[in-house]
Amino acid sequence: MSYANLYEPPGPRGIRRNRVLAAVVALVLLGLAYVVYVRFDAKDQWAADKWTPLLRGDVWATFILPGLAGTIGAAVVGVVLAGLFGLLFATARLSDHRWIRVPAAAVVEFFRSVPLLLLIFFAFFGSYMLIGVNISAFAAVVFGLTLYNGSVIAEIIRAGVQSLPRGQSEAAQAIGMRKGQVMRLVLLPQAFRTMMPAIVSQFVVLLKDSALGLIVGFDELVNRGLNGIAANFKNTIPAAILIAAIFILINFSLDRLATRLSTRLGTTR
Amino acid sequence: MEALLFERDTIFAAFWMTIRLTAVSALGSLVLGTLLTAMRVAPLASLRGAANTYVTMMRNTPLTLVLMFTGLGVGAQLGVELSDDIATNNFWLAVIGLTAYTSAFVCEALRSGLNTVPVGQAEAARSLGLGFTKTLGLITLPQAFRAVVAPLGSIMIALTKNTTIALVVGVGEASVRMREMIETYGDQVLEIFLGFAAGFVLLCLPMGLLFGWLSRRMAVAR
Repeated sequence: MSYANLYEPPGPRGIRRNRVLAAVVALVLLGLAYVVYVRFDAKDQWAADKWTPLLRGDVWATFILPGLAGTIGAAVVGVVLAGLFGLLFATARLSDHRWIRVPAAAVVEFFRSVPLLLLIFFAFFGSYMLIGVNISAFAAVVFGLTLYNGSVIAEIIRAGVQSLPRGQSEAAQAIGMRKGQVMRLVLLPQAFRTMMPAIVSQFVVLLKDSALGLIVGFDELVNRGLNGIAANFKNTIPAAILIAAIFILINFSLDRLATRLSTRLGTTR
Repeated sequence: MEALLFERDTIFAAFWMTIRLTAVSALGSLVLGTLLTAMRVAPLASLRGAANTYVTMMRNTPLTLVLMFTGLGVGAQLGVELSDDIATNNFWLAVIGLTAYTSAFVCEALRSGLNTVPVGQAEAARSLGLGFTKTLGLITLPQAFRAVVAPLGSIMIALTKNTTIALVVGVGEASVRMREMIETYGDQVLEIFLGFAAGFVLLCLPMGLLFGWLSRRMAVAR
């Protein structure tokens, strides 16, 4: 989308003025970057020995790759479980029976309004008292990711089903399908199709949220990468930049995938 | 239940911190988000590029990492000191991190709001001789704001819940207190969790209702 309708195409004077302004803006941004550069430089963050560790194979093998494996592992398990949770509760909220619909709605609304970190703390620190075993940080993170993101996905799927024309389910009933079949064969596949971009975006959120695992000591990318590397080489800034770059790269690709899916499925209007 | 009653003063203090973090960061991210939106649609390519890069980076970085960076990078390495008092300093560092992160989402919402404003509005403004700033500030942006009240509400609710992550820069808000209480009163884990969860439901539910009501009231009839 272009926003060029907000201003007249500049004439000769406007072009000159814009050039001057662009130079001023560039100078301000460069000035800002310079101040940051100097401040970090005073702490030696640009010294070569802070950056070279990031290129070493053993640093990747000890910190970055295991961290990445932790992040992706939690995200993949979280995606599968949250997807199942979402599917189950979306169907339950759409049920004809009040006694299924109302409790399902309560569960979904509850988990959507509780901060994820509280869920993780509850599972991690409370598990021993509740079930008699200490669960791992991984399990606590997955527990939180599943309930929180699952509830959001349930709402996305429900919105998708509700946006379908009524005729879809009526036609399915007319040819003699049972309620389960209507949902499974007619409504859900269509809802998935329209809601796929939103679901993928929610998976980006889930992947980002897995970084909360650091707070309960789960070995994910921010924990291993930022804390682990910086503890050994005192290079907080280079390590943070690298970790951020990895996250941005992964999420940006997922974002692109969501856009591609929505054009591919013909859902962008 | 006894633990929740016994500790109610410290729980209120913790939630008061949550509320203050939310309010200040909400204000900050609305201002910064509006500024970023203006930059993203500006006639200058350098402004658009800077804002686009910023929003893409922030949206795709975990908040945990952003806040760790404000604590370790901005606080420790850049040596930014916002107050002599360590608790106040941490509070403002958390506000910086939460604002930096949330404003990217505010910007995205506002930009999608701009898309809902009919082209004729800006064209009419221009034909009256209004320049970019006035067209945006007086005509299109106000309409965009009114169109995205509901999404802004979701962003503010998310911000409220996100303040729990401020614990990585050492701010003692609700999540910190809940963890301490679970450790002290191990036999009342479920009650403590439900109590704190209820606190957030009490904060977020009225916000959702308020923004829903506002979005209906503010909707631009077309």
